[in-house]
Amino acid sequence: MSRLQKLVLGRLFLGILTLFIVSALMFIGIELLPGDLAQQILGQSATPETVAAFRAELGLDQPPYVRYLDWLGGVFRGDFGTSLASRRSVADLLGTRLANTMFLAVYAAVIAVPIALTLGLLAALWRNTAFDRGVNLGALSAISMPEFFVAYVLILFLSIRFGLFPTLARIDEASSLGDALYRTFLPALTLILVVVAHMMRMTRAAIINVLAAPYIEMARLKGVPRWRIIVRHALPNALAPIVNVVALNLAYLIVGVVVVEVVFSYPGLGQLLVDAVSSRDFPVVQAVGLFFAAVYITLNVLADVISMISNPRLRHGR
Amino acid sequence: MGNLLTIRDLRLEAGDRRDPVVILKGINLDLDRGEVLGLVGESGAGKSSAGLAAMGFARDGVRFAGGSVTFDDTELLGLSRGELRKLHGKRIAYVAQSAAASFNPSMKLIDQYSEAPRLHGVASRAEAEKDAIALYRQMQLPDPEEIGFRYPHQVSGGQLQRAMTAMAMACRPDLIIFDEPTTALDVTTQIEVLGAIRDIVDQYDTAAIYITHDLAVVSQMADRICVMKDGEEVETATTREMLDNPQQDYTRSLWAVRSFRRPAEETKASETLIRGQGVTAGYGKATVLHDLDFTIPRGRTTAVVGESGSGKSTLARVLAGLLPPEAGEILWRDAPLEPRLEKRDARTLRNIQMIYQSADTSLNPRHTIRETLSRPVTKFTGRRGRKLRARVAELMELVDLDPAFLDRKPGELSGGQKQRVGIARALAAEPEFIVCDEVTSALDQLVAEGILKLLVRLQHDLGLTFLFITHDLATVEAIAHKVIVLKNGRIVEQDDRDAIFGDPQETYTKRLLESVPQMDPDWLTAARERERELRRREAS
Repeated sequence: MSRLQKLVLGRLFLGILTLFIVSALMFIGIELLPGDLAQQILGQSATPETVAAFRAELGLDQPPYVRYLDWLGGVFRGDFGTSLASRRSVADLLGTRLANTMFLAVYAAVIAVPIALTLGLLAALWRNTAFDRGVNLGALSAISMPEFFVAYVLILFLSIRFGLFPTLARIDEASSLGDALYRTFLPALTLILVVVAHMMRMTRAAIINVLAAPYIEMARLKGVPRWRIIVRHALPNALAPIVNVVALNLAYLIVGVVVVEVVFSYPGLGQLLVDAVSSRDFPVVQAVGLFFAAVYITLNVLADVISMISNPRLRHGR
Repeated sequence: MGNLLTIRDLRLEAGDRRDPVVILKGINLDLDRGEVLGLVGESGAGKSSAGLAAMGFARDGVRFAGGSVTFDDTELLGLSRGELRKLHGKRIAYVAQSAAASFNPSMKLIDQYSEAPRLHGVASRAEAEKDAIALYRQMQLPDPEEIGFRYPHQVSGGQLQRAMTAMAMACRPDLIIFDEPTTALDVTTQIEVLGAIRDIVDQYDTAAIYITHDLAVVSQMADRICVMKDGEEVETATTREMLDNPQQDYTRSLWAVRSFRRPAEETKASETLIRGQGVTAGYGKATVLHDLDFTIPRGRTTAVVGESGSGKSTLARVLAGLLPPEAGEILWRDAPLEPRLEKRDARTLRNIQMIYQSADTSLNPRHTIRETLSRPVTKFTGRRGRKLRARVAELMELVDLDPAFLDRKPGELSGGQKQRVGIARALAAEPEFIVCDEVTSALDQLVAEGILKLLVRLQHDLGLTFLFITHDLATVEAIAHKVIVLKNGRIVEQDDRDAIFGDPQETYTKRLLESVPQMDPDWLTAARERERELRRREAS
């Protein structure tokens, strides 16, 4: 087995291990919450008999590790338990919400990543010019404002003043793709503004860092044009940090959208999580939490693997 | 129709426009077609800037402040980027000092080779690749058919340097700028690269500017030599004239450095201070030193020589206790020396000190010189207060530094001064034995000579024992009493300096000694002839 394969498998193994640890931590966290779950759900007026029956139904009379293993076993079969609030299966609840969140994330990512990389490359190419300063200023302003503020500013201007886009991003299965893209434009734009700055600045910094290398001077002295120096000589060697920051931001688009979803009352996972927390719907909280962790870990492992593959020393041994 | 290249009153500056740092103060150079001009000088003389300026190129932050650079009747200063780009790589090419850093790590060698011919419309990719293989073969690279399809990290330093010369040749330019192309190489590799460069430049009748600080190297390569100092031309003459009859004092002082020898002294036998028996050491599974038996005489300088990777620095680490040997033991005055630094007692720690190659990185940049020197004085000798201050001042005098430097930080000192502080720090412990790891390698020749003289004087006055690790055989000949020759972690030969240099017993030692460039323009030809002879004899 080559060194690269070993490293990649090692990263995958670590990723899976992390996921298990996170699932256990979440379970313990919920366990540590004060008060008796059954009592709280049924209210103070419930008789001890009803509470005991409810406990048995939820499996709360079992010791914690049995319940954890039960739950974990269920997760492997695709069964995330039953929502305490709606009595529907958690998997069902998650289904549509998950699709909505992914839709918004992909929508934002498809626009944000190319824009960020292009702006970053151009800023590096024309560094210390008016273009570079302008892009940096814009990026810093966008990143300095909290996302809910950006969202409200966008609503104020694009929706209320000019009436270009709807304030609320309500979509359902009936909406056509075009309609859905139109309705979710404002939340997507908010997310784009928040993530572009980070990726663009890292791209610029990574490229500029590589531009100081002797092989860049060598390429210039071979008569290689500037754009080709950036794309062919600098970018491949700057890939590792760029891929990592892109992965972090993609993860954010899925995991960090809670606030944006709430502002636009978009029916995504973030909304579901907020509702579930306020109604103490723990199976839902657990499932969403596990999903978020899985997304985060997967994207980061992916970024690590791409960084490793982009390193010629690892890809081609001695 | 004049020269290929004419540089007139070229001035370069950097930094603030109102208060610029002047890099070149009006340089004049002329180069005929097919001629090789050597540019010689110490670091900071402006050699590299002059070389790049001959391409109409200035590094970021550096700008042309006047003068002219005319290449084949075209004025290069003031040309647009696009017009310069048409010349670069096609008619004027560049070979950089560190091939390892100057090849893009994520592109195959042959892709980097074909880039210029394709972009300049000289050849198609397929033609360029075929041509590359032919040139690789001419440059005597192993496996010429296949080597181009490797990545830079899969190829050795000497091979990379040849591949880079081949790359510069790709469009058959009229002029190549060689910027210290062999400085980072071992002597035995250097000789091959020098030979390959000279052959190819001769064959295609390419003009070249060969930049180096090594006079012996330049006298092999150049038809004419231009000596530079502080951004100015000192003198220019043909190679023979320059070697036989230098006109300027500065040139003569550069020439004289190489003749420094420690003063003759009585060669009475000295007792053994350190004895190594079967020392084997390495990192993890990789064994670097194999079963070394050696002795280090007291009050003498023992030089350890060998190519990079021969285990010189590993031996230093073993003696310093940084790397405990896997087998064997080291005796200090016939008593076993504790292998681990952490377990050594205060007296042993005090007795063994080190001086490092790079004074830049081995001095804490945030400490004043006083702080750097005071700590070991207090730790090892317990001096405090007035006694401490007196001792620190005394140390500065020992290494010929003005005690006024004490309250400065390393950044305010020159390279040679920093190395003197490194020596003073080692002396602070009042040791018997000092390991000097390539202490002069990063310094210019004149500065290095000063350091060597200082070390010789300190040894005479304080009776110090030195272990002097270096790859520079000229330095060894100048100051060593005894020489240990290492190759691939094994001792090839160890003997008195005169025996090693006068009558080497082993083929490897002979080869090593013969690879040291001499100040004789015919040396390279003769040395390559000897090398071929040696190979032939080995083969039969």
